[in-house]
Amino acid sequence: MKYIILFLNIFFVNANAIEPNEILENKKLENIAREIGKELRCLVCQNEDIQNSNADIAKDLRTLVRKKLSEGQSKNEIIKYIHSRYGDFVLFSPPLRIDTLGLWALPILFFFVLTFLFFRKR
Amino acid sequence: MRYFFITIFVFCLFVFYQGLKKNPRDIPSNLISQEIPEFYISSFNGPNLSHIDLKKDEIKIVNFFASWCPPCTVEHKQLQSLSKKVTTYGIAKKNKNKDLSKWLGKLGNPYKNIGMDYEGLVSIEWGVYALPETFLIDKNGIIKYKHVGPIMQRDLEKLENLIRKLR
Repeated sequence: MKYIILFLNIFFVNANAIEPNEILENKKLENIAREIGKELRCLVCQNEDIQNSNADIAKDLRTLVRKKLSEGQSKNEIIKYIHSRYGDFVLFSPPLRIDTLGLWALPILFFFVLTFLFFRKR
Repeated sequence: MRYFFITIFVFCLFVFYQGLKKNPRDIPSNLISQEIPEFYISSFNGPNLSHIDLKKDEIKIVNFFASWCPPCTVEHKQLQSLSKKVTTYGIAKKNKNKDLSKWLGKLGNPYKNIGMDYEGLVSIEWGVYALPETFLIDKNGIIKYKHVGPIMQRDLEKLENLIRKLR
């Protein structure tokens, strides 16, 4: 049984690139840091979050997130700061603004148009 | 109805074709047209470097580099030639003084002052994600342009034109 679990771990364990010296002692803050890490895109990797990336910039951002959390900043403040430096690209979900409206509205619009076309009487 | 779908199809084709022309590595800087961010760091060859130094009434370029970064060595010659026309500041990311000293000794020093960003936090403050990156700053301390990657011979003309326009 032990070996089966170990074997299955290879496929299902949630791997990340955090190094032991980066981890915060305060578990609550560390959990928030990991939540933030999953919401931020590594800028030099192909669609990887900073939590799972070994890139230098991802490591720097993880360190910065933990430093700011230890200084008492909130999750939103930290994400807002990094967004102000790197723009929309660093966020996995783009903010809802007039220029990003198409991204959010088009899939819903397509859904309704296709549903209408599918069920209309011939 | 058939024409409706053909129109949508052609429109999508056009949009996707335009998208193909874009470089996915090009990330627009969020700091263009903004004031330079605040920072204080120790310096390699002079007094400490801060945003106040970069707000002085002159056009300048700020180059983020490191002696361990091969593309920075490639652009060094172009940076030497730019530094004759415009004040050039450097910010060395995660660089040991000893290595930097050796590197500059070999290639020459185009920088008026070099800030030492040992932890890489000043680079984040400036939205730097890869080395080298070069910022063009006007007389009021506003960031006007950012060049990502090494400045090659073919980029010099564009940069010199931008500098001329700011004068």
